[in-house]
Amino acid sequence: MIAALRDDIPALIVLLPLLAALLTAMFGRGKTAWWIVALTCWSLLGLSLVLAQDVLASASGYVSYTFGPWADPVPVAGVGKVAPGIEYRVDALNAFLLVMISAIAAVVAPFARLSVRKEVPASLRHIFYAVFLLCITGLLGITITGDAFNLYVLLEISSLTTYALVAMGKNQDKRALTASYHYLILGTVGASFILIAIGYLFMVTGTLNMAEMARILSDPNLVEPGNRTVKTAFAMLVVGLGLKMALFPLHAWLPNAYTYAPTAVTALLASTATKVGVYATLRFFFTIFGPGYMLKSFANEAMLFMGCAAIVHGSLMAIQQDNVKRLLAWSSVAQIGYMAVGICLATERSLTGSLLHFFNHALVKGALFIAVGAVIYRAGSCKLDDLNGLFRRMPLTAFAIALGGLGLIGLPLTGGFVSKWFLVSAAIERKLWPVAFVILFGSVLAVVYVMRIVEPMVFGDPKAGPQVGKAPPTLILPAWVLCAGSFYCGVSGSGLRQLVEKAARQLLGGS
Amino acid sequence: MPELSPLIPLLIPIAGALGIQLTGRWENVREGVTMVTALALLLSVALGIAPSVLDPAVANPRWEGPTLVGGLQFLFVVEPLGLLYALVGAVLWIPNSVYSIGYMRGHHEQNQTRFYTCFALALASVMGIAFSGNLFTLFVFYEALSVVTFPLVTHHGSPEARKSGRVYVGILFGTSMLFFLFAIVGTYQLTGGRMDFAPGGILDTVGRGEQGLLFLLFMLGIGKAALMPFHFWLPAAMVAPTPVSALLHAVAVVKAGVFCVLKVSVYVFGPELVASPAIGDWLIYAASFTVVVASLVALYQDNLKRRLAYSTVGQLGYIVLAAALGTKLAVIGGGMHIVMHAFGKITLFFCAGAIYVATGKTKVSQLVGMGRQMPVTFLAFGVASLSIIGLPPLGGAWSKWYLGLGTLASTHPSVVFVFLLSSILNVAYLLPIAIRAFYLPPEDGKERGFAEAPWPCVAALSFTAAGSVALFFFPEPLYRLMQTVVAT
Repeated sequence: MIAALRDDIPALIVLLPLLAALLTAMFGRGKTAWWIVALTCWSLLGLSLVLAQDVLASASGYVSYTFGPWADPVPVAGVGKVAPGIEYRVDALNAFLLVMISAIAAVVAPFARLSVRKEVPASLRHIFYAVFLLCITGLLGITITGDAFNLYVLLEISSLTTYALVAMGKNQDKRALTASYHYLILGTVGASFILIAIGYLFMVTGTLNMAEMARILSDPNLVEPGNRTVKTAFAMLVVGLGLKMALFPLHAWLPNAYTYAPTAVTALLASTATKVGVYATLRFFFTIFGPGYMLKSFANEAMLFMGCAAIVHGSLMAIQQDNVKRLLAWSSVAQIGYMAVGICLATERSLTGSLLHFFNHALVKGALFIAVGAVIYRAGSCKLDDLNGLFRRMPLTAFAIALGGLGLIGLPLTGGFVSKWFLVSAAIERKLWPVAFVILFGSVLAVVYVMRIVEPMVFGDPKAGPQVGKAPPTLILPAWVLCAGSFYCGVSGSGLRQLVEKAARQLLGGS
Repeated sequence: MPELSPLIPLLIPIAGALGIQLTGRWENVREGVTMVTALALLLSVALGIAPSVLDPAVANPRWEGPTLVGGLQFLFVVEPLGLLYALVGAVLWIPNSVYSIGYMRGHHEQNQTRFYTCFALALASVMGIAFSGNLFTLFVFYEALSVVTFPLVTHHGSPEARKSGRVYVGILFGTSMLFFLFAIVGTYQLTGGRMDFAPGGILDTVGRGEQGLLFLLFMLGIGKAALMPFHFWLPAAMVAPTPVSALLHAVAVVKAGVFCVLKVSVYVFGPELVASPAIGDWLIYAASFTVVVASLVALYQDNLKRRLAYSTVGQLGYIVLAAALGTKLAVIGGGMHIVMHAFGKITLFFCAGAIYVATGKTKVSQLVGMGRQMPVTFLAFGVASLSIIGLPPLGGAWSKWYLGLGTLASTHPSVVFVFLLSSILNVAYLLPIAIRAFYLPPEDGKERGFAEAPWPCVAALSFTAAGSVALFFFPEPLYRLMQTVVAT
């Protein structure tokens, strides 16, 4: 029974939150909703850890799961036989992201209970939780599926739910509606580009299975190398995915959406949603088009430049913010830049750095948003002035923010240091000295905006800020867990490293 | 356990910091913990580590940490230069702790537990820097030192302290993140994964242009060496309580900077490479500029601590110059100057703090005629001034002697004029302070009776002034130690 279930884990990872969302919507009045969410998130973490082990142990390097009775290949004109059904294919990269998303969800869940009670009206709460679970379904689904159209559908599920979650707004803030609408327009434009691109790829290859697509595209007998349809698809993907992952200059939706969304949503999204966009980019560029195709195209250089611009622009904007949530949101724009740079350098080192940065940034940003959420829970808002004397008023919260800040800067012993180390050395490896300089310059700018947060906490007059008590432990414990994770990744993290290095090798076509 | 021995000096101050936190409620116990820790640290360095370094038959103590993610590794190796730096820190922590007790209580400072805790952690970072066996370890502790000294610089929490804290963090983190880390990663990548220290350097396989670039990055990145234009953090840091300025911003932190400069030039590049014109020449000019300009600026500072800070900037320039010249004698002189300047400058700061605690005066112009009131302090000030200038019978004479000889032996003998000019400027900005205190009548014409600072302050400054004298008569061990650095 257990063993049989173990084979079905890939399906369960998507079905479990989907069913739980339905349950929450139907029966989730009162306190039940939160319990359903928490239990679902925790079991998802368990499931993805087991799956990651299976992936690492499997001889082929991946775990495959086919839905329905369509496993047998059928002939398609021009390209030979392809499998028509939906396949979930979990390799090291998928496993890594599944663990990351479910871990963040599992940590955010305890935080959500009080935070949501404060920020979302009681009448909406069960709906909120149902949508929250649907969003997780979408995020996990994108990560696990091996089918391009399926990926699009799940991307839309996660996007639509995100629009709804943002619109629910922290304390019914009306600005959340504008933020959500803005995101909806840009997100839909992005989705359209992605859909058209997938359509083009389907036209050329006759399949939606990503592995099959990759095989056919890389075969010069089936698709001639300079095929214009493929080129167009690639260009559209750069734009569409760029919007989804908020890569400069397509990031305009992000700061407002993160600022006005309920804090639990921000914590979840900042750590996972944009990363999933980056994942989709990795999957399309490396697995489907292949590193060779990508390195030759103009889009690669353009994206490298956009990544560098994102690092500088995002950090400079972060420096100017007075609202801590918005400051952190702009910092996220900058961090996406790091990941994009890592992707474009396209070496094993740079991809390892990029993936590690995924994880480290998820931990650190999650911790920071949760800790800031604790301040909001008490003080109601999170302007820099609300942080005055926080070290005396809410020492544990303040410490979590300071430690998270160190991780954001990338000081040694935090995970951020390791990922930046990989990125810088990859840039030097490719002899792109200016890129290395930009990466480090981003760290210096991070010092400035982190100092802007830390200064009022240390030196501000405790009596100037709102006079409130310490944060409840369930709010602050998740932040500390994530901070501890950041330092663990900076010092040890051997299991993580194994997974990440394997993922980087697989993306570059190794095993 | 010999294999753990480089770790012990690192762990002792950390344990001390814990003890200070736990006993913070009882002042005398807390200060007792500091003193015991300082003594234990000195013993562990002097007796536990020094003998095995000095004995050529025994391998240098070494401790390898587990490999971290990305192939980075903590590695501690004790070598003579590191031992020298560690000894300076450990020896001077003792008088400085005595002094701190007098100063902090005499001045009724707030948050003293935090002060002593951060101080102990700073010493732990110093030991980490001194004994680091590769660039990664060096960088970790270099940054740790910036982090733990930040609360000390901003101790008062005043708007001025906040502003200085910003400059301090901005310049130190800015340069180290942007250039130092860049240089380290560059070295790692270009040498195919090396970042250890080896006599003669590790950059043989790297191209000329890249060597030059790395050298530039290293020297710009080590902001703690206060090479102009990255020296602003040092005068800014003077807002801290005086014991901090004395031990950290005249000895531990700034010496960490020049120690890194020496270590990188000797063990990463190798003196020969540094002495080649395309690589090290610009540094000779930059350091000469720093030496002269800092001394000139010091002339015009009326705030005593700021004047001393600019003097430090200039004296650090000597050591950077020594590294840039790259001759054996210059490096010996540079290493000795780390010690000689430490004893002289800490004495000067002790005096400045003692004057402040006793009279509240901070300006040079206010000190006229105060010699009768605080004879011990001003005598020590005069002695230390002579040592900084480099006159016998004080320790500073030796380091300047070897620096001068090393310069004459180098490809740039004319640099010796920089040293001469600077020495004259040192005379001009330091000596009048002590002379005017003794030979001119007080500003307001009123004679005051004997009124020294609290006895721990006086004891500490007398001790370090005596140390400056003693170093003139017994420089031999220092010379021998530095000889082993350049011999290999």
